[in-house]
This record gives sequence, C-alpha cells and structure tokens, in this order.
Amino acid sequence: MSAMLTIDGRKVSVPEGTTIWEAARQAGIEIPVLCHDPRLRPVGVCRMCVVDVGERVLAASCVRAAADGMTVQTRSEKVERCRKTLTELLLSDYPADSAREKTTGDDLLLALGRSFGVRPEYLTIPRGDGRARDVSSPVIAVDHAACILCDRCIRACDEIQHNDVIGRTGKGYTARIAFDLDSPMGKSTCVACGECASVCPTGALTHKPLTAPIRPRAELKNVDSVCPYCGVGCAVTLHVDPAKNAVVLVDGRPSPGNESRLCVKGRYGFDYALHPQRLTVPLIRRAEFYPKGPLSGDVKGDGRRRKPGGLVDYNEVLPAFSEASWDEALDLVAKRLSEIKKADGPGALAGFGSAKCSNEEAYVFQKLVRAVFGTNNVDHCTRLCHASSVAALLETIGSGAVTNVFGDVKNAEVALIAGSSTTDNHPVAATFIKDAAQHGTTLIVVDQRETGIARHAHHFLRINPGTDVALYNAWMHVLISEGLVNREYIAKHTEGFEALRETVKRYPPERAAEICGVPADKIREAASVFGRAKAAIIFWGMGISQHTHGTDNARCLISLALLTGNVGRPGTGLHPLRGQNNVQGASDAGLIPMVFPDYQSVEDAGIRKRFEAAWGVRLDPKRGLTVVEIMTGALEKRIRGMYMMGENPFLSDPNINKVRKALAALDFLCVQDIFLTETAEFADVILPATSFFEKTGTYTNTDRRVQIGWKAVEPPGQARLDWEVVSEIARRMGYPMEYVTAEEIFNEFTALAPSYQGLTYQNLQPHGKLWPCPDPERSDGVQLLFGDGFPTPSGRGKFVPCEYRPAAEVPDSDYPFVLNTGRLLEHWHTGVMTRRSRPLSTIQPEAFCEMNPDDLAAAGIPAGAYVSVSSRRGSITLRAHASRRIAPGTVFIPFHFREAAANVLTNDQLDPVGKIPEFKFCAVRIDPATA
Amino acid sequence: MSELILTRNFHLPGSHTLALYRETGGYAGLEKAFAMKPAEITEEVKKSNLRGLGGAGFPTGVKWGFLPKGHPGPIYLVINADEGEPGTFKDRYLLERDPHALIEGMIISAYAIGAHLGFVYIRGEYVGPWRIFRRAVEEAYQAGFLGKNILGSGFDLDIIIHRGAGAYICGEETGLISSLEGKKGWPKLKPPFPAIRGAFGAPTIVNNVETICHVPHIVRRGAAWFAGLGTKTQGGTRMYSVSGHVARPGVYELPVSVTLRSLIDEHAGGLPNRRRLKAVVPGGSSAAILTAGEIDVTMDVDGLKNAGTMAGSAGVIVMDETVSIPDALMVVARFYAHESCGQCTPCRESTGWIYKMTRRIIEGKGRKEDLDTILDVARRGAGTTICAFFDGAVGPYISYIEKFRAEFEALIPK
Ligand SMILES: Cc1cc2nc3c(=O)[nH]c(=O)nc-3n(C[C@H](O)[C@H](O)[C@H](O)COP(=O)(O)O)c2cc1C
Ligand code: SF4
Ligand code: SF4
Ligand code: SF4
Ligand code: FES
Repeated sequence: MSAMLTIDGRKVSVPEGTTIWEAARQAGIEIPVLCHDPRLRPVGVCRMCVVDVGERVLAASCVRAAADGMTVQTRSEKVERCRKTLTELLLSDYPADSAREKTTGDDLLLALGRSFGVRPEYLTIPRGDGRARDVSSPVIAVDHAACILCDRCIRACDEIQHNDVIGRTGKGYTARIAFDLDSPMGKSTCVACGECASVCPTGALTHKPLTAPIRPRAELKNVDSVCPYCGVGCAVTLHVDPAKNAVVLVDGRPSPGNESRLCVKGRYGFDYALHPQRLTVPLIRRAEFYPKGPLSGDVKGDGRRRKPGGLVDYNEVLPAFSEASWDEALDLVAKRLSEIKKADGPGALAGFGSAKCSNEEAYVFQKLVRAVFGTNNVDHCTRLCHASSVAALLETIGSGAVTNVFGDVKNAEVALIAGSSTTDNHPVAATFIKDAAQHGTTLIVVDQRETGIARHAHHFLRINPGTDVALYNAWMHVLISEGLVNREYIAKHTEGFEALRETVKRYPPERAAEICGVPADKIREAASVFGRAKAAIIFWGMGISQHTHGTDNARCLISLALLTGNVGRPGTGLHPLRGQNNVQGASDAGLIPMVFPDYQSVEDAGIRKRFEAAWGVRLDPKRGLTVVEIMTGALEKRIRGMYMMGENPFLSDPNINKVRKALAALDFLCVQDIFLTETAEFADVILPATSFFEKTGTYTNTDRRVQIGWKAVEPPGQARLDWEVVSEIARRMGYPMEYVTAEEIFNEFTALAPSYQGLTYQNLQPHGKLWPCPDPERSDGVQLLFGDGFPTPSGRGKFVPCEYRPAAEVPDSDYPFVLNTGRLLEHWHTGVMTRRSRPLSTIQPEAFCEMNPDDLAAAGIPAGAYVSVSSRRGSITLRAHASRRIAPGTVFIPFHFREAAANVLTNDQLDPVGKIPEFKFCAVRIDPATA
Repeated sequence: MSELILTRNFHLPGSHTLALYRETGGYAGLEKAFAMKPAEITEEVKKSNLRGLGGAGFPTGVKWGFLPKGHPGPIYLVINADEGEPGTFKDRYLLERDPHALIEGMIISAYAIGAHLGFVYIRGEYVGPWRIFRRAVEEAYQAGFLGKNILGSGFDLDIIIHRGAGAYICGEETGLISSLEGKKGWPKLKPPFPAIRGAFGAPTIVNNVETICHVPHIVRRGAAWFAGLGTKTQGGTRMYSVSGHVARPGVYELPVSVTLRSLIDEHAGGLPNRRRLKAVVPGGSSAAILTAGEIDVTMDVDGLKNAGTMAGSAGVIVMDETVSIPDALMVVARFYAHESCGQCTPCRESTGWIYKMTRRIIEGKGRKEDLDTILDVARRGAGTTICAFFDGAVGPYISYIEKFRAEFEALIPK
C-alpha cells in the first residue's frame, strides 16, 4: 500500500508507514531536525520538525506517518515561527563556545540559529542554565550546558551499542543527561565507544582531540580505511591533517559490516602511530651485546614491580644497538639468513608473519619463506587463536572460514555464544548480537566467566573451565533422544552420524552436569531451546579454541550445527570470531605451514607444481613447523635463523621463560616492527616498519569481507613499507621480487587463490566484498556458504565424535586455582599499540588479575592488593581485583601487560591437531605479594 | 436542590462499605448490565452524552467505540485516579466515600469494552483513599463481584491497583500508561491512541474515576434520563471542586448546566468578608482564567469552551480582589516548570523560561518586552508538543497576562 500526499504543493507517493519527514526528503524537501537521526528510533521530542497537516496541533514530521490524501505545509509562517522560537529558547541557554563548533564545526543548533537569523546576544529571555562540564572521560568531553536533551545519545547508547549507560536525571527544565546514577562519565560504566559523541548534534558530547586539533571534516583529508585492531573489521573514515601528518579523528563508515559503529579502540586508539617510541632507523646489535639475551628488566624477568603504564624503557635497550643504513641492515639480514640456509639447510630457517599485516604483506612474506628460504616453516599468531577451529572446520566441512556473517544473527531464532567475551573482544559484532537479543533472538551464552555478553543472555550456562566437550555431547544426547535433530539434513548432507550417536549416548545430562558444573535440567533446557530453533547460529571464541582439546571443542560445535541442519540458511551458521584484523586474510594468504595461499596443501604435488610454476622455483614438499614448534626448535637448535614481521612471541606465546631461552638461542633473528617489542631485544637486526595508517593494503575480516585500507599519513623517519622490505631481502638473497604497488601483489595473490578470484582494488571500493564473490560487479559476495553440501571429498559434512578429556594440567594442592587468560576491551594483544595509545592506556593502565571475592577473602587478601601468581613455569606480581563474574577457584589475567605477563604462567602444551597451546587453562597458586 | 447521584451516600456513615453500598442499591445494576450485549452498553453510554470528566471532556462512548473490533488479544481498562490538576479534589472523595461505585462502574465498563483486567492508578499522595479503595476491592472479591465468573455471568474481571509517585504528568493518560508499564512516566507519541495501542501494547481505555462512576446509573436509569440532566451536548451531573475565596469551599455535585455564578454565589456561599470577586479559574489550573464579568456561563464542556476557557477537571478556583494576578501566575508557572516531564523541547524550555520571566517581573526586574515575549513563546509552543500538558500551561500564561495586563505592567520598571 502506498500513500499519496501533497507536501508544499508537490505530489508525493510513498509506501505506507513512511514518515512525513522521509517523504519530504524523497521529494527533495529538507525539514530541519534536532532529535532525529535516521540511524535511531524516532522519538519526536525536539519538535523542530513540526509541520502543518491541517490539524488543531502541528505534527512532528519525524514520527508522523504520511497518510493518503494528507496535505502538508513544511514552511508555513506558523511553522517557521515555531521553529524559530524553539531555536531561540535553546540558544538562549547555549554556551558561547560550543565544543562542536570549535572542533568538527558541525554544530546543528548553531547552524539552525544562523538559518533563522537568531543572534543569541540579542535575546531578551534570561540566559544560562548554570549546568556544568564534565571532562572525566579521556576521550569524550561533556558540556551539560550545551545539551538540548534531544536524547540521541541515550538512544545511541541503548539501542545501537546496548550499553545502557546514559539516561536522564531530573524533570522539566532541570532535566539533564546522566551517566549511570549520575556519575561523572569517566567513572561510569561507559565503555567509551563514542557512539554518543558521534550522534550528538551540539557541543554537549564531543570527541576530545587526541593527536592534533580537530577541524571541520571538509578541511581535512578524508581517507577510507578499516580499523587496525580486531577481526570485526569495522570500516572507518580517517580524518587526516596533512600539515601535521596525523590522523586527528576517526568516524565509523556505513558499511554492511559495522553500519558506522565503532568501539573504543577503533574510534580512539589511533594515536599510537605518533608515539615518540616509533622505530625510525634500522638497528644492528652491537658486538658487545653478544651472546644475546634480554635487555630490559621486564624481559629479563627481574620480578621488580613497576609503575602502571609500563612501556619499555628505551634507555635499557637502545644502547645495545647501533643505527645503520638500510643497505647495511638488509645486506646483513640476507647474508646471515643465506649462511644459515647453506650451513644447516632451509629447514633451519623460519618466519613469523602477522595477522596485523595486510593480505599483500602476508602473501609476500610467505612467498619469501617458501620460495627464497626454501621451507614451509612459516606461521603466525592465528596458530595461537583459532588454529584448532580452523583445523576442525577444514576436517569436517572442508573450509576454515565462517559460513555466515555475524550480522545475520538478526535472522537467528537462537544464537549460541560459546567461550567468547564478545563485548570485550569483538565489541561491534557484540552490538549486533545484543540488538538481536533485544529483538527476538534467544541468546544462549556458555562461558566460565560471567562475561559482558552473558548479561544479555536469556540462558547463561557457567561451565567449569575446559569442560565444553562434555556439555555439547550432552546437548547432542538430548537432541537425539528428544528427536530434535534434522533427520533429512543428516541424511542428505552429513556422514558419520552413527558414530556420533554412539559417543554422545554416553553423555546423559546428569553425567555432563557432574563434569561441567551446570545442573542437568539447565543443560536439557538449553539444548532443547537450541534444538527447537528454526534457525540457530553459533559463535565461538578462544574459550573454545585455546585448549589442548580445542579441536574437539570446535568439532562438537560443528556437530551441533550439522545435527540440527543449521548451516547454509539465513540466521544459521558457524562463526568462529576471528581475533586480529587480518586473521582471516593472513591465513587465506598462506601464512600457514601446511598450505599455500587459499588453503592449498603444500603436500599435494599438483598444487605444488602450480606454485612452482608461478614463483619459478622448486618448493619444499613437506609441511612446516607451527609457532610453538618453531620456538621449541629454536631451543633445540634445529631452528637457527628467524625473520619476524610484526609478531611479538615473547609476550604472545605460552611459557615465556621458555620463549626467552628459545629467542636467545637463535643464531640470527631479524625483527621488523613499528616499536621495540620485547621480542626485538633478542634481535640481531631490527627493521623499522610502517604503521597501519602509513600504507595501503587489503584486510579480510571475520566475515570474509575483503576491504582496502588506504594510506593516510607518511611514515616517520626512514620507516619503510613491510612488503618493500620483504622484497629487498628476497632480492638480496638472490630471488627477484619487483613489486611497485600493493595492488600488484594483490593481483598476483588473487590469481593463485580461487576464493579471491575476481576481486580487484576497483571493485573492493567502497565497502569491500565478501569472498567468494563470483560476480564482483553486481554482488557484495556470498554471505551464506554451504547451503547445498560442503567442499569435502564426499560433499558431506563429517561428524567427528569426541570424548571429554580434562585439561593438560589440572589444579592440585600446590597449584589449586585454574588460570584463564584473555583480553580487555581497551587493549590489543601484547599491548604494543594500545599501551602507546594515551586514551586506551589511561582507561586500562595496569596489569591485574580478577578473582572471586570469596577466594580472595579466604586467602586473606584485600581487593586491590598485590598478589603473586605462580605456576610451575614462573611467577608474576600484579594487583588483585575482586569480581563475582569470576567463578570460585579460577583466576582471570589479561595478557597485555609486559610488567606482569600472563604468559609467564601459561602452559605450552599443544592441541594435537590444531597445535594451539592451552592458554585458557593451567594450574596456579596465589600468594600475597612480598613487598 | 437537584438530585445527587454520585455523592448521594457521602453523608452516610460507612458509605465506603460494601454493606451500605448494597443497602442503597449498589451492584443492583450489574445483572441488568450482564443481560445486555456489550455493544448495547457502549451505545447507551454514547446516547447518554457522558463526557470524560478527567480533563479533556471527550465523549466516553465514542472513545470506547475506537477499540478495534474483534481484537484477539487482551484489552485493558485503566482508571485514572491520579487527580493531579491543581484545584481538583473530587476523585479523592469518590475513592474514600464510595469506592464500590467505582468498582461497579469498572465491572460494567470492562464488560462493555471486553476487558478482563482493570488497573486503577491512584495518586501517590492519596494514601488514605488508596487504603479504603484497596479494602473495597478485597470485599468485592470476597463477595464475588470481582474475579472469575462474576455473579454467574461468565464474565471475569480482576483489578490491579497501582500507586503513583507524585508526578503530575502521570495523570496524562499516556504518561500514566508508561508509568503503569514500569517506565518513567513520559507521555507517548500519538497516534496511535491508547484505544488502539495502549498499556503493554494492548488496546486500552483510560477513563477518569468520576466518569466511570456514572456508568452504573446510566445503565440502570437509561441514557435518556442521564442526557436529560445536562445540556444538549453533555449529560448528567458532575462534581465541582470549589476552592479559594468562597464561604463554603468543597465538592458540589450539580447538573453540568449550572452557571458559574450560581455555583459560586448560591452553592459555595459567595465570597466571604464582603470582598469582591476578581477572577475565577473554572476547570483546574490549566483552564484559562475568567474575570468577574465573565462568570455567567454554563459549566458544561461546550459552555466553557465557548467562553474561551475549559471545563477541564471542574476545579473551580475563586480569587477575590486581594489576589495579585502576577503572583498567581508565578505560582502556576512554577508548577508547570516543575511538572513538565521535560521530554519535548518547547514544553521543557518554555515552561522553564516563562517561570524565570514571571519571577523576574515580580521581583521588579522585568523588561518592557517581557510580557510580549512570554505571550509569543507560549503561542509558538502551543500545539507542537507530544502531550497536552504544554497547551494546558499556555491557558493560564496567555489569559492571565491578556486579561490583567495592566497589573503586570505596573510591576515593570519604566
Ligand atoms: C498534563 C495532564 C494531566 C492530566 N491529569 C489527569 C488527572 O490527574 N486525572 C484524570 O482523570 N485525567 C487527567 N488528564 C486527562 C487524561 O489525559 C485523560 O484525558 C483522562 O484520564 C481520560 O479520562 P476521561 O475521558 O474519563 O476524562 C490529564 C491530562 C493532561 C494533559
Ligand atoms: S548530550 Fe547531545 S545527544 Fe545527548 S541529549 Fe544532549 S544534545 Fe542530545
Ligand atoms: S570492533 Fe574491532 S574492528 Fe571494530 S572498532 Fe572495535 S577493534 Fe576495531
Ligand atoms: S508537552 Fe511537556 S509534559 Fe507533555 S510530553 Fe512534552 S515535555 Fe512532557
Ligand atoms: S526532529 Fe522530529 S521531533 Fe525532533
């Protein structure tokens, strides 16, 4: 049904339900607004948009539906007078110096004032409301006097980000916005996503300048890019001040992935690139600093407690290195690596690429290791986050990527979130999950911690650490015994059902209840909620993958989806939430020891031939070593030379005390990075690289969306593009690599990677594309994979039954607590970037562990006191926070903090299939710290 | 004296008890009502010319008729007992002295509109009336007038009592509904009106206590009788709360055709101390003020409307010659600035500013242009807001200044 109406004499036809405001807009008539923003639920409170529809009272056009036959006047004298009076009233209270006008210059109220010719200084109504400013947040400035109570921020916080922080206090003329129960913003539960400041039309909520003064967007260079942090891959616009060579402001872009939303890291964490500690010249280790070893106190592990904010003290490290020219440094790298290759064979070399680097960089890096070093010993940090998930996915459904995008959770009847603190680690994806949970999707959260997303769950199952297999086996037991499986799907698309049935038979909920600590009836309830759903989607994070049975955990989730036929339809799917911004892409590009780009096995002679033809050299037919195996190899002197691009294994790998020895044992180590990382202290040569904002490249997010990040600023000093450096090393090792642009590398990569076929820098603009994308000119790419079978040899998805196995190291009387490690919203991995971002490190300055208050009390430790946490592998000292979200008997430690590195404690036992270490489980003890 | 209908038992001891209510013919109309079809009752109420007595004066039967026909889900009846309009205190007497009349009215009305759950939203300060009403509801349950299968009719009705917390805006029907739903008491956007989408998303009829108390009488004695008590466009009697400078302030139940002059002079005993009448607010604080020369009007909805004011809640505030109108306006302005929910900008800002301005004038710091500015701000905001609160505030702002301008001007320094 459509409505035909007349607006200012113009005939307009719109679908029924369209607002008058929208109808007018379609007819090219702009009606001024203050409270309305098309991204927000209309509330019609400011009344700026009133129009005359011939009724007794004027109607707010942003909320009033257009009706058939309606006659609307948007600019009658009566309407204009009302708007003008309204503007005058608001301006009479308005501060003379709007923070928005002084920064982005887009203060909507002042603009309206100008259009009505209101001169506040001539207003005869009494002025000023005496409301205060609040500068307590490190990123958002609050000026209550400039607030016009349009409630945009409230809706943005509640309905876009679902953080529910902002509300109103007071009524009538004394009303104000308030954070929580009227706390200062910086002390409230605000997570600083900045959505409020981005929707505020006035100077009330504005972004604080972080690098250089913020100026109107039109005066700045606006660069389309993506966020450099997590796998959600939010599209951003970088606003750059070219004179200052600085990104000064970041806005979310309306891409299908993030719909303009951002989290604190993406919006405010960009200043790290300008940190004074950036590396700007190549460095070579001085002769007197051999034999090699750690240089700074923290990396030595001297155990001294340091003040919060802990960055490396360059004075402890730089004296060990002398500055060198690029030629000197590159020659040295090529010479030493060639020598080792010659003396000990290609297998004595290894390379770590990084999931922070672009697809192009990952591609040339693995090409260097494979074609020039002559080995498949190339891996990267994905090994440490989702290797087990990928292994399970490849084994069961023949593809390691997600089968559906996270945004499709809105079409799911049930969403299962397993082992993922989504609000911390995939914050923007979490907003879409929270959206769905509020609009009819039943949310089941399974975790050992009561995470932020658990607060939004309809069913929260707090399980004992490491007991996932038992739980999901019991779910499947219930599904099978209650007939809640999809027989047709099983028959048509799967294999191995009988074996699965036999295994899960042995897991009645009562047995699982004993293992998992979740009551049997709750297990039954959750299972049947899941089983009854017409469409269910499964998300998982590292709580699933980072176990010695991580592959089993993932296999169970996959079986759950296959059993219920929840793959390949809207609202269904398997979605391991990828960690780094380019985890998906780095893996796609071949930074994996077993496979060439696009998961093509190095052991398959036919495939190898193709790559040998493409690269013009003979290639190693054996799969290479994985991250932790390479470290062990170094310790055992099997690996002698390494090249690391953007990886910091000293903090990211388990059992740091062992890593320290391994790194020191290397004959030669070249580290390429933007800062002097902990790992770089062990380097022979350090090469200064470019930061995210200083280069162009493509990145593939957790959804398989390939997006371009365009260069925004110039690199500092002599820092060079990563792919350029890699090519230089290749060339100096006797292999020509002559690329001129990143785009050229991308084209070479896509020609070898069928999944990326057809993608070009042209068609990736503006919002990127999902791979595979058979019709890039017309389509956004394939969102739903495997609606009709799987890319496995049989075309069927495989059930792989798993038995519950306990973790490798279980608590005992010496080490009675279970340690769980993870991340914080504000920090990224080893903190190299985020701890150098002023706002992020201000919000989370120091290391801590979280424990249940009862455990702390039993140990006689007051909350906030320093404790020493020890495992069989080492000991760290940090503050103890009390939190009821942590189960008794467990400890949570974020692993970002070098001064109290969680990975000193973790166990380097590996999952036999995925080769991922057990970051989420080891046994520790807690003691009061000795001064 | 005309016949008392709603207040006929007020003088009897124990008028609030079930026993006395039944002795005086209470609940007798129920059987007749249940024998009728629901639509017939609505028709009867329409014909009776009963108009809402909470403020807006909307024809009750017509409102009931807005409910969607054959609605599959629940329908709710909500009784507005928030009685927040300054100068109004009639519902309180009904709750205290004849609570069963409201219950019987609710049963019949709920039956007519197809509701099985009724809410009574009682002003927070009305602690005593609330206790009495609660007791009456218990009695009615015990006697089988509430609950399942009332009097064997097959009709069920439950009543939930909800207490307000002191906000005037929770008397506005959609603010009331928000509050009832457990949200802050903000009025909702209309359309949709409550009859289409009201409490908890269900079609809802909101009526004032007094309005509903009339229903049993209409059903028992017929629409024609009721219509005949009033004017052509409004039937029945209503309860006038008379306060201020009169000899006998109080509640007077009179046919709506009574004149304001007769109400003040004959029923309320005129002005004491031989003082002269200066002004009257005829329908609660939101009604435009009338001067002493304007009181020969009938007190029905249309009579007062034609006189440029409104019947509102029938709170009649009488002011004698000693009253300073600017002072009175400041009190009224303070009330509206305090009670605006603050949701809509014109209302929130204008009520705040107009209060500041009137205070400035009273303190002798006003400026020449202030009066016109107030009039302008009031007129520009009127009819632009989510609820009628601001329009209610505009009534006094404009009428006080226009009708007594000289008094204001006298306070402004030359
Ligand atoms: C600001 C404002 C306050 C109101 N307060 C009351 C009140 O206290 N009691 C009441 O019955 N109606 C009040 N009303 C009127 C109600 O909105 C509604 O019209 C009435 O409850 C409907 O019942 P009726 O048709 O029986 O009068 C108020 C209206 C407004 C705009
Ligand atoms: S702070 Fe900004 S967005 Fe929030 S209510 Fe005030 S003016 Fe609106
Ligand atoms: S959710 Fe991830 S990609 Fe998006 S802004 Fe935050 S860190 Fe960046
Ligand atoms: S008119 Fe006033 S009281 Fe009514 S909704 Fe708007 S702000 Fe609230
Ligand atoms: S823009 Fe429509 S009421 Fe605010």
